[in-house]
Amino acid sequence: MDDLLSIEDLDAGMITRILDTAEGLKDIAVRPIKKVPVLRGRTVCNLFYEDSTRTRISFEVAEKRLSADVINFSAKGSSVSKGESLKDTALTLQAMGVDAIVIRHSSSGAPRRLTEWVDAKVLNAGDGWHQHPTQALLDLFTIRERMGRLEGLNVAICGDVVHSRVARSLVQGLRIMGAEVTLVGPPTLMPAQVDSWDVTVSHDLDGMLADLDVCYLLRVQNERMAEQFFPSVREYARIWGMDIDRLEVMPEHAIVMHPGPMNRGVEISADVADAEQAVIVDQVTNGVAVRMACLYLMLGGEQAGAVSEVTPA
Amino acid sequence: MTGNVVVEGEVIRSVGEESAGLRIECEGLICTSGLVDLSSHLRQPGREDSEIIATGTAAAAAGGYTAVSAMPTTEPAMDHAGIVEQVLRLARETGRCDVFPVGAITKGRAGHELAEMGAMHEAGVRTFSDAHHAVVSSQVMRRALLYARTWDAIIANHPEDTSLTEGAQMHEGAMSSRLGLKGSPREAEEIIVARDLILAERAGARLHVPHLSTRRAVELVRDAKARGVRVTCDVTPHHLVLDDSNLVDYDTRFKVIPPLRTPDDIAALREGLQDGTIDAITSDHAPHPPDDKDHEWSYAPAGTVGLETTLSVILAELVDPDACPDKRGNGTLSMAEALALLSSGPAKARDIEGHGRPITAGEPANLLLFDPGVIWSVVGDELRTRSRNTAFEGHEVRGRAVHTVLRGKFTLNDGKVV
Repeated sequence: MDDLLSIEDLDAGMITRILDTAEGLKDIAVRPIKKVPVLRGRTVCNLFYEDSTRTRISFEVAEKRLSADVINFSAKGSSVSKGESLKDTALTLQAMGVDAIVIRHSSSGAPRRLTEWVDAKVLNAGDGWHQHPTQALLDLFTIRERMGRLEGLNVAICGDVVHSRVARSLVQGLRIMGAEVTLVGPPTLMPAQVDSWDVTVSHDLDGMLADLDVCYLLRVQNERMAEQFFPSVREYARIWGMDIDRLEVMPEHAIVMHPGPMNRGVEISADVADAEQAVIVDQVTNGVAVRMACLYLMLGGEQAGAVSEVTPA
Repeated sequence: MTGNVVVEGEVIRSVGEESAGLRIECEGLICTSGLVDLSSHLRQPGREDSEIIATGTAAAAAGGYTAVSAMPTTEPAMDHAGIVEQVLRLARETGRCDVFPVGAITKGRAGHELAEMGAMHEAGVRTFSDAHHAVVSSQVMRRALLYARTWDAIIANHPEDTSLTEGAQMHEGAMSSRLGLKGSPREAEEIIVARDLILAERAGARLHVPHLSTRRAVELVRDAKARGVRVTCDVTPHHLVLDDSNLVDYDTRFKVIPPLRTPDDIAALREGLQDGTIDAITSDHAPHPPDDKDHEWSYAPAGTVGLETTLSVILAELVDPDACPDKRGNGTLSMAEALALLSSGPAKARDIEGHGRPITAGEPANLLLFDPGVIWSVVGDELRTRSRNTAFEGHEVRGRAVHTVLRGKFTLNDGKVV
């Protein structure tokens, strides 16, 4: 695997390969020594231009379990206002011989630009409103783990789709794997020309609950209220929030997902977040395995051979 | 058709006669009046790292232009007579074409207080514009139009309702949704075009709408012209040729204002050229140094250079090479129409005197001779402008200026800037 910039660049075979690889790597977490030597001597830089404790830690754990040397670089705000440009930073890392760069950036397309400046493999850890491919992969992994398959499932993605790189990546991943996707929420939170997305759009969450296999709730950011995407948090929660009454309408086997961090009481009520059907903690656990799989396939796959041969360090 | 043009001093002495004196071999070349640009960002004073008047006008001469309009995107802004005079002096001393300064409508191009249009008019300004900053306040725009009537000057307002485009990075549509970039909706342009047309009509003032980019905006101007509103408008080569699908790799060369839109908008702009709704094709030459463009998409400045490529892009994309000069053939425009849109059209729209004139005895010898057949590839590094940001990098284009003549003197001779 080359760079990982977007789910769009993957096909069903590649996604399945990543998920299968992650499955093999997942049990490393329950071993007494949680480390394998496949990326020993490789240097990975976590280049975070945007705050993200969860994603950064998840990547760091994944890198360390694979025995990579890890450099963390965090720069708040814009690279330009700080004086040094992303390009200059990239050239510095290049000069230091970094093998892979995991980049999180508030500007859509920044990872794509980065590939023009460095030879290192680039892994997109979230760029602007554009893509968050490892999040989509861990979501697919979690759904497959619970449902046994992806093809033919009915998935609703509910809330702030327009500003969500998670939704953008997940919709593509689900469609590639043959799941049916419905986007739910007010028209103000739907992307422009959403009809080009190969999904169904609905504004009526209640009307579809009974047919869902997966209900994926997106984080609603408070500033969206100030920007008049909807009139109030109360109204949003009443019309599009997942609560226990709505959960009961869903089929027994159905699951509730959320990329975190949650606004309890807004897009998801506290009792749903803690319910049996909520797999939000699984998503976090699986995130490490999926990120290990991506780094492994990008950096170590060929040399280290099949995952089944991976032995503890 | 072949013939002779005899130039004596700064003017055309005669056309069609044999004559003695210096003879320039022009076999296979087309002779037309020098091109006229309505929007060139020459950046001097203030951003000499992007462009200076000497390099910007050299690029103009190389592209076949004998006159360019210098936008007020100087630092400080060209919003008072002192800077106008400075630009005119630099143009006289270092320029290779005539430079017509465009004064700011408002102080600092900030959209709030009117700039001293009277003093600037006295210094030679005939058009006022805040460049890519829109005058959003209807009150300020109304006053600007009324005030400019004092001299029957032209107000060229960038059409963009900025309340709809805050943070916008590209055209709003399927592509912006895919790329995760905030979109600029068509209506942001159309609302201001509609409003400015209403204000200009009521004020009886002259309005120029720069760089139209949407179907509806063309329709609004078409309807207004039919009602007799005193409006002119222009379009750029990049909006006539490139659409938002080019943005797929976040290549900042395609970041322009207004944003590249869709094939349907391109079709509407071409219809607007054909039926005469659109008066001019403008380069909107906006040089930015590589260091500025080599950023994440959202941090890169918008703009593309254009003075050296506009003629060739239009000939390649909109004119059928096999059609006779007055026929459209399979292209969108006839050769004659295309040249008019690059020369007499812009000159008339903006009261630019002495340029875009017919080639007849007594007229200033502002001429372009170009080879309509030569095919070449655009390479930013080979351009004469100080910056390299061309949206047409790598494009194969057709036709190239060979000689440019400004008042009887070569500014481009056999492909070399003089």
